[in-house]
Amino acid sequence: MGESKAGGASVPASQLVSSLAPPASPNERAWRRFRRNRLARISAWFLGGIVLLVLLWPLVTPHNPDMLSDNQFQPPSAKHWFGTDVHGRDVFTRVMYGAQISLLVGIVGAGVSLIIGVTWGATAGYVGGRTDNLMMRAVDILYSLPSIIFVIVLITTLEGLLKNWLAAIGSDGLAKSARLIFLFVGLGAVSWLTMARIVRGQVLSLRTRQFVNASRVLGAGPVWILRQHIIPNVLGVVIVYLTLTVPAIILYESFLSYLGLGIQPPMASWGSLIAEGAEQINPIRIYWWLIIFPGGVLVSTLLALNFLGDGLRDAWDVRGGN
Amino acid sequence: MYFLRRLLSLIPLLLVISFLAFVLVRLAPGGPFDRERKPASPEIERQLQAKYRLDQPIWKQYIAYLGDLARGDFGPSLKYRNHTVTDIIAQALPVSLLLGAMAFGFALGVGIPVGYYTAVKRGRWEDYAGSLFSILMVCIPGFVIAPLLVMGFAIHWRLLPVALWASPWHAILPVAALGLFFSGRIARLMREGMLNTMQAEFVTAARAKGLSEHTLLLKHAFRLAVLPVVSYSGPLLADLLTGSFVIETIFQIPGIGIFIVNGSLNRDYTMVVGLVILYATLLVVLNLLVDFLYTLLDPRVKYE
Repeated sequence: MGESKAGGASVPASQLVSSLAPPASPNERAWRRFRRNRLARISAWFLGGIVLLVLLWPLVTPHNPDMLSDNQFQPPSAKHWFGTDVHGRDVFTRVMYGAQISLLVGIVGAGVSLIIGVTWGATAGYVGGRTDNLMMRAVDILYSLPSIIFVIVLITTLEGLLKNWLAAIGSDGLAKSARLIFLFVGLGAVSWLTMARIVRGQVLSLRTRQFVNASRVLGAGPVWILRQHIIPNVLGVVIVYLTLTVPAIILYESFLSYLGLGIQPPMASWGSLIAEGAEQINPIRIYWWLIIFPGGVLVSTLLALNFLGDGLRDAWDVRGGN
Repeated sequence: MYFLRRLLSLIPLLLVISFLAFVLVRLAPGGPFDRERKPASPEIERQLQAKYRLDQPIWKQYIAYLGDLARGDFGPSLKYRNHTVTDIIAQALPVSLLLGAMAFGFALGVGIPVGYYTAVKRGRWEDYAGSLFSILMVCIPGFVIAPLLVMGFAIHWRLLPVALWASPWHAILPVAALGLFFSGRIARLMREGMLNTMQAEFVTAARAKGLSEHTLLLKHAFRLAVLPVVSYSGPLLADLLTGSFVIETIFQIPGIGIFIVNGSLNRDYTMVVGLVILYATLLVVLNLLVDFLYTLLDPRVKYE
């Protein structure tokens, strides 16, 4: 399906000549399609800008994220762009520090889900048969379970165990960040199911393709086939779903932080900042900036990540071509 | 037959889940009585332990628990004394279920028409407006939209109550806050399903035979296009029921959410295990129902 649209009568002669060179690989063609997608390109720049801002802001800011002051509930102004909160802290600086945690949780969590999902899916797809059946049945079952409840139970129980263990081996610093470590690993560990399904489906169909059979007939071993044929072909799809996993995990973390089970004060993430803002809702005065700004940054980041993911998917998905 | 077998296979699954939950909560450092009037005499401590069978080996506790469970008794809450977990579930679950069901209806009621309409008007401004709405909704979590709705409708314009769960008026904001997020997901699924179906050959054939566009889309294409939405509604219900925890906290709705969060933090063993079993059962059964519904809607699908 994908090949047919590359041809056609409109190819200029100069390109016909240059096509004597090795043809563009599927990944190169996908990359070219991606760069034509304006929305996805803008999203990529936006995300790059956010990351840069988050990294640089602590170096240039006059405000300390944890310093309390008497300027409580100042509306946005030239001095405090996003206003100040209940303790007189600068909300913009808090949002920037919160972004570090939120983005880090998203990226590390997605990395964890990548490792588990790809290993699980590739094994199931490549080995096939009864093993495949069993492994995918397990994924189906996990799919139907309420993962958020498990995360709540796991965080409240295993976090204490991890903390005690870290303290016992003498690293108090690590023991303090047990919750953070748990969020990183735990959220990734419940988000790998879709990745496993997709990778398994891809590997399953690639395994029976003719070029793989040809390679096998020529005497290639499974390691060679995996490295030369399967992995490069799965890579695109994996990157696409990785981009879509990051916002899902950021959302997950903010959900937990909102319930008071995620990041603990004085540390902040976008979710805990929004929760702090929501606590200040009262019938007398509206402190809209405490919700709008952290929420707005969260939502625009999620939007950009989703646009980027959609753009990548359209570029790599062969069916999306026509 | 297939579904009967799957229903039976749920029993060992739920046993495994309940056992894991049972052991896990007991592994956590600290116990349910830690925060009570310290220092309690060791005597009292021991009596409390004995009363709730916590002095027995864990497998004995589990077997006794299963025995109670078979009789529909989730055991006594270790934190809310004088209340059994069964009591609390009987009080809080209907509220959570009602909230979830209304949000489900809201999400379908908004999502399906938007998705259908944007697909039919593909490439026109209606499509762009509707698609913008759905992607926006997918990216605005309930805990962002809920405070905004409260500040706007309840505090600024004073149209609706701020919180609590007393009259139908009280339900509007929480249902919208919970449902909007999912209506975006459903609209996207519906649009995609509709676009795929409109390219199918049977649609072209029906059009060639002179069927009116209206009948064609609404009667024939719709039925096939809605299938992705049906298969998503299992996970959707799961997300709605658990997503309602945050909404319940914001609007101070007396549902299950507060009990699962506090139960976990307070080491209320029976409460946590009971609620985990309850939700796991609820969701696997709902998923089974969704699969069953799917076979009714799409005769091409057969489970063996």
